[in-house]
Amino acid sequence: MSGELLRISGLRAGYGRIEVLRGIDLRVERGEKIVILGPSGSGKSTLLKCIPYLVRPWSGEIHIDGLQVSPEPNTLRRIRASTGFVFQQYNLFPHMTILRNVALPLELNKEMPRREAEKSALSVLNMLGLGELAGKYPLELSGGQQQRAAIARALAVDPKLLLLDEPTSALDPELRYEVVETLYQVAKQGRSMLIVTHELDFAEAAADRVVFMDEGLIVEEGDAREVLGHPRKERTERFLRRLRSRLNSFPPSN
Amino acid sequence: MDINRFLFEILPYLAEGIPVTMELTLLSFALGLALGAILAAARVFGSKPLSVVARSYIEFFRGTPLLVQIFFIYFGLPAIGIKLDAFAASIIAIGLNSASYQAEILRSAIKSIPEEQYLSAESLGMTTVQTYRFIIFPQAIRVATPALVNEFVALIKYTSLASIIGVAELFRRTEYMVSYTFMPEIYLLSAVIYLAICLPTSQFSKMLESRYAIPGYRRALV
Repeated sequence: MSGELLRISGLRAGYGRIEVLRGIDLRVERGEKIVILGPSGSGKSTLLKCIPYLVRPWSGEIHIDGLQVSPEPNTLRRIRASTGFVFQQYNLFPHMTILRNVALPLELNKEMPRREAEKSALSVLNMLGLGELAGKYPLELSGGQQQRAAIARALAVDPKLLLLDEPTSALDPELRYEVVETLYQVAKQGRSMLIVTHELDFAEAAADRVVFMDEGLIVEEGDAREVLGHPRKERTERFLRRLRSRLNSFPPSN
Repeated sequence: MDINRFLFEILPYLAEGIPVTMELTLLSFALGLALGAILAAARVFGSKPLSVVARSYIEFFRGTPLLVQIFFIYFGLPAIGIKLDAFAASIIAIGLNSASYQAEILRSAIKSIPEEQYLSAESLGMTTVQTYRFIIFPQAIRVATPALVNEFVALIKYTSLASIIGVAELFRRTEYMVSYTFMPEIYLLSAVIYLAICLPTSQFSKMLESRYAIPGYRRALV
C-alpha cells in the first residue's frame, strides 16, 4: 500500500491572539514514519494536536486518507477513531485498569462487545509485553509502563496514523529506554507515525523523514539521515549541535 | 442519678428520637443531593443566565441562617397558602439549604478533573456525553465522596434545629426530659448519642473512600 495518507496545507493555529503555527504544509505517505524536531515553543506539539482537532486550527486544510478534517461531529469521530494520539504525560484514565483503558475506546468507537474488546485489548498489551499489567491501575505503574500502556491504547483501535507527542520527555533516562524500545517495535510494524521527539538515535534508525520546525514554520525537511547528518539550514545545524551536546554532557552538579 | 430511672425511663425516651433524627437527615440529604446535582449541572453546563440563577440560589441559601429558612418555610409559606407540617417543613428547609453546599461540592469535584483527561477522551473519539459518563463523573464522584459524607454528618447535627418548630427528634426529646426531670446532665447524654451516630458515619466514609480509592493515587501524590 502506498499513496498519500495525510496532507496538511496552509495550517495556521494559535492560542488566544498568539499565532503558534504560521502556515504549515506537510505530506505523509502511507507507512511513513516522520520525526518532528524543533526547539520548545516551535509549534511541534500544536501541529500534532491540530491533526485530530484537539486544537482547533485558525485556517488551512487537513486531509486524512482523503477525508477532510472538520468540526462536524461525525467527521470528527471518524477522524479521531482513525488516529491514535500518545501524550507526553500519558493521560491514562486513573480509575480504570490498564485493560479497561485499552478496551474502552474499542467498545465506544468500534461498538465491540465488552468481552471481544477486552480480548483484543489484551492481545495488543501482550504484543507490547504488558500483558501482566492488564489488571493494574495506571498510577500503580512506573512512568515508562504507563506510557507503553498509552501507546497500546492508541494502537488498539488500529489507527491509520499514530501521533506521538514527546512520548519520552516526561520520563527519567532509565525509563525512557523501555519506551524507545516500544517505539522501535511499533515502527517495525509499518504503521504510519508522526512523532515529536528529541530521541535522535530513534530518528536516525527508524524515521523515514525528519522535519525541523522553528517559530511556527517548517524550516527544513528531508530524508532522516540527510537532515540529521548534513542539515542544509544553519538553524537546524545549530539546534542539532546543542541537542547532541546536551545529551552527551553530564547533568550539571549542584 | 438513679440508674434505673436513667436506663428505663430517660434513655428509652431519648432513643425514640433517634429514628426521627435519622429520617430527617436521610430525607433532607437526599433532597439536597438531587437538587444539588441539578444546581451543579446548571453551573457547569448551563447557559449564562441559568448559571447565574443557580449561583444566586447557592449564595442565598449559604448566606442566610438555616434557622431563618426553617421559620420562613414553616411560618411564612402558609401566608401564600402552602401549609406544611413541622416534619415536612424541616426536611424541605434543611434539604434546600444542603443543596447549596452539595452543589458546590459536586461542581468543584467536576472542575478538579484535569483538562488532560478531557483531551485524552477526545483523542479517542469519545463524544462529550461519553467523556462525562465514562471518564469525568466516575472520577469526580470519588473526589466528592469525603465532602459529601462530611455534609451528611453536619446534617445529622443540623436536624436538631427542627426541634424549635416542634419535631419530636432527639434534641426535642432531650429538652423535654431536662425540663421534666430538672437534670441538665441529660444534655451530655444527648451529645453522646449524637456522637454515637456521627462517629460510625465518618468511619463508614473512610471505608467507602478506601474501597473506591483510585489504586496508586496516594503514592502518585507523594
